[in-house]
Amino acid sequence: MKELIIDFFSFSNPNIRYVVFGSMLLAVSSAIVGCFTFLKKKALVGDVVSHAVLPGICLSFIISGTKDPFLLIIGAFITGWLSIVVMDYIIQHSKIKEDTATGLSLSVFFGIGILLLTYIQHSGNAAQSGLDSFLFGKAAALVGKDLLAFSLVAILILVVVFFFYKEFKLISFDPAFAQSLGIPVKRIELILSSITVMAVVTGIQAVGVVLMAAMLITPAAAARFWTDKLSIMILSAACIGALSGLAGAFISYAAPAMPTGPWIVMVVSLIALFSFFFAPKKGILIRILKQRKIKRRLLEENLLKSFYKIGEFHDDFELASSQVEITEMRRFTPTQLRKGLVRLRRQGFINKIDKRWSLTNEGYQKGQRVVRLHRLWELYLTKYLRIAPDHVHEDAENIEHIITPELEKKLEALLEYPEYDPHQTEIPYRD
Amino acid sequence: MIKNVDNPALEIHDLTVSYDRKPVLWGVDLTVPEGSIAAIIGPNGAGKSTLIKSIMGLIDMSSGYNKIFGKDLNEVRQRVSYVPQKESVDWDFPASVLDIVMMGRYAAIGLFKRLRKADKEAALLALEQVGMLAFKERQISQLSGGQQQRVFLARALTQQADIYFMDEPFAGVDAATEKTIIQLLKKLASQGKTIIVVHHDLQSVTTYFDWVIMLNLRLVASGPTEEVFIPKLIEETYGGKLTLLTEVGELMKKEQFPAREK
Repeated sequence: MKELIIDFFSFSNPNIRYVVFGSMLLAVSSAIVGCFTFLKKKALVGDVVSHAVLPGICLSFIISGTKDPFLLIIGAFITGWLSIVVMDYIIQHSKIKEDTATGLSLSVFFGIGILLLTYIQHSGNAAQSGLDSFLFGKAAALVGKDLLAFSLVAILILVVVFFFYKEFKLISFDPAFAQSLGIPVKRIELILSSITVMAVVTGIQAVGVVLMAAMLITPAAAARFWTDKLSIMILSAACIGALSGLAGAFISYAAPAMPTGPWIVMVVSLIALFSFFFAPKKGILIRILKQRKIKRRLLEENLLKSFYKIGEFHDDFELASSQVEITEMRRFTPTQLRKGLVRLRRQGFINKIDKRWSLTNEGYQKGQRVVRLHRLWELYLTKYLRIAPDHVHEDAENIEHIITPELEKKLEALLEYPEYDPHQTEIPYRD
Repeated sequence: MIKNVDNPALEIHDLTVSYDRKPVLWGVDLTVPEGSIAAIIGPNGAGKSTLIKSIMGLIDMSSGYNKIFGKDLNEVRQRVSYVPQKESVDWDFPASVLDIVMMGRYAAIGLFKRLRKADKEAALLALEQVGMLAFKERQISQLSGGQQQRVFLARALTQQADIYFMDEPFAGVDAATEKTIIQLLKKLASQGKTIIVVHHDLQSVTTYFDWVIMLNLRLVASGPTEEVFIPKLIEETYGGKLTLLTEVGELMKKEQFPAREK
């Protein structure tokens, strides 16, 4: 394994060089362009274009009779670009909605492409072999001439994004405002779609028609999880693209039966999946943890409230209660009760003596506060929302946990420090 | 009741706008004097936003033209600012408040060029004017409706325009924001700027605006608030669509009939 890694990363073998740098260039340029496609909510455009380049490739082969990558790219570019124009035209000038227009454009162009490809395959032209690799990609078979073409396209894309960054950002966020500024929105959109087509056209040679949309959108989607800044998002998407390109090339090198293109997409998807779960702030995991924390807090506060109410009932807040007595005040499951009591004790809100539990001074304050908020909120609801007193309890059960000290002060002031809640129970205040 | 003025900031002449051949605004003809705060009012679907959008060239008009300070929009663009409805954009876009406000400067900077220090300072000043300076680094998805509106307003302020078109700046904002906005608009008007606002709340019309444009597919009235904002005209504006007009419009859509013989 170690040998394999050294062999690969020394890049001494020109074939490895072509595959690695080709894959990386493709992945990076489509990731950068894809950020704007993603933000403009045009994720499916990549899919349309990638399918629509097929007739262009076939046509330019039929006309030229060779597989010169430059000629094929030009053909692919023309039909790919045409598919966007057709799609936009249909949306603007007919009753057909965007989703239908997208599907229509994709299938019609791809259908023509398959038609031409079949024709070529049966024409007996020996040069045609390998043309169908456009369908599934052929990253592992990249040669020097391909690499040159890719590099030129990648550089072009980078330069365009660099110069039009500000405008691309504006038309992605607020095209109407851009137009009101007198910025030539249509022309800039045209430039953006042109480089999108270019990215697709080159990327397709590595991963093929079907997987190309993933190359465009997935790095952007993954990057979006990690940042709220466009420039950093683009940079991260580019890095994710580069990493996937490298990893895909390495995996297919290490395991010769493995195809490069699909592995690039695989890696990029894994990164996206990882981001989806583990990104700070936006990831699923952090949200689950947050929910759990809220649940814990609810349990703890409800327990303290029960202790306080027991104290209130017996007019003795230092009274120690058994688990059964607590459950009589409010229903807790045995596990909840056990875990909650342990946590509260560890936090110093309750004491335990002989299997009986009592409030500490801090616990008393906290329990009292929850009860106070509950009753204040009930009063607020009856007074300001005109809700009947017998309907306010459920709502207050929830709101009592979320009110901040600032809101508490406002609530108290608004209600003028009332003595009783709508059920004529006394509202407790700090001594 | 349509009152016209000499040397208007905005002149709309015989404007008809159609969606899919169906006219949504019929032959609107009006002028708005310089330095006024004008409200465009009317029921839902009356064509209020459409009027502003067609003035800004965002929608094609079927007939007519408009002049701003007596000139075509393209000649005076630097003097014109547009504030779209805040719902028209996706606030989950990866940008900070400052990023968005600086977009108001993009036209002044020009294509290909980077933002300059002066642009940032203009943006900070605008944020201060709308009371949002403390939020300059805030991610825009974390803003409240009122704060979003203030950001849009700040963005417009950086354009340092002479005429402002605002699409429902008071919709869905808190009381404090509403107060901030109206104070700002009054200040701008006192500096001689013209402000034209799509507005929904009839109660505040008399206190906020000195000019009122009343629409319901056609222009019902346009003039000083005290002259046109009267029960008879309000009733005419909100008293339902003209049935015959709507039917003719539907027919034009059905037959794909042009708005004008050309």
